Amino acid sequence: MKFSYFPGCTLKTKAKDLDFYARASAEALGFTLEELPEWQCCGAVYPMSHEEIAPKLSSVRALANARDLGQDLVTLCSACHNVIKQTNYEMQTSPMDRDMANRYLKLETPYSGETTVLHYLEVLRDRVGFDKIKEKVVNPLTGRKIAAYYGCLLLRPSSVMKMDDPENPSILEDFIRAIGAEPVIYGMRNECCGGYITLEDKAAAEKRSSIIMKDAESHGAETVVTACPLCMYNLRKNSGSKLPVVYFTELLAEALGVKEAR
Amino acid sequence: MSESNKLLKETVLHTSGVDVLKCMRCGKCTATCPSFDEMEYHPHQFVYMVEKGQIEKLMNSDSIYKCLSCFACLERCPRQVEPAKLIEAVRLAAVRRQGMNHMKADDIPALLDEDLPQQAITSAMRKYSK
Repeated sequence: MKFSYFPGCTLKTKAKDLDFYARASAEALGFTLEELPEWQCCGAVYPMSHEEIAPKLSSVRALANARDLGQDLVTLCSACHNVIKQTNYEMQTSPMDRDMANRYLKLETPYSGETTVLHYLEVLRDRVGFDKIKEKVVNPLTGRKIAAYYGCLLLRPSSVMKMDDPENPSILEDFIRAIGAEPVIYGMRNECCGGYITLEDKAAAEKRSSIIMKDAESHGAETVVTACPLCMYNLRKNSGSKLPVVYFTELLAEALGVKEAR
Repeated sequence: MSESNKLLKETVLHTSGVDVLKCMRCGKCTATCPSFDEMEYHPHQFVYMVEKGQIEKLMNSDSIYKCLSCFACLERCPRQVEPAKLIEAVRLAAVRRQGMNHMKADDIPALLDEDLPQQAITSAMRKYSK
């Protein structure tokens, strides 16, 4: 299985672990992530105003390139996933925006949302299968209590993201079970960590992230996992909690016995 | 409603694509907003203040910089009013004015630390300036 892959700006800099362990685990599970040539930053936030077309063009370009390669497009960072998936939805459903984007880009074949966008977790669940992953685990994380932190961007808006139930998700918990650990369910797992407000109002980010970490801790979590570099930053730096926060791909690599390669 | 507010209301409705008349005033958006405490005007107030054309009041409030774009109000609105889109449209009306960027590139170096992900800077610049 081969997929086009959009790593995004942060996975090349501050979140190299998220990327490295994902690629190593993919090979161990029998699929390959082929980085798109000349991808550009997705812009990190999806512009909610439909008249802002320019900030969406880099996503359309990536989507069209994957289409031309005949591959599904895999993302890993929650923000990239949110932006690219929402842009793709707009290309599918809004003739006016589609027309504008295509006029700007002057692609050989106009793009109208043909590419399937998958988050890495969806590849694990829907293409590889959590049962198959379970079989490939050589180092099960038995007895470890792990809290999944979804945040906002993987799940919402659910009518577009279609990854999971936005209020009672299970994909990360099922992943945690597949690698042999015990998921910890807590209320704040799909509430915002504060995101970019850390640059505008640090106290607000501290408040948001500490509420989340206290909730995870009070439910007995020993580790928190995330798919988002900005969530990780807020939960680690702004929450005041000592609870370790790691990328889900790091635990996957550990369970598959490929972590040491780093 | 003043002429300038009339035009601003039209602009905000156009930019957001929101139909404020769908709102049934249940307040679920505000109840679920993680930035509630930081906001002078809350998501449900954005909806009726835009309806009443009180746009300048909203543009001059720090509330427009407190939205986290977490899509909670958008997801949980039972009438698909989606207040986050209105807050974004009012903020755009504010920062699109000449010289009114809320965050400038020169502000960034002082805010950096060794762990801050690039994603945070890109997001903030996208939200707070044009």
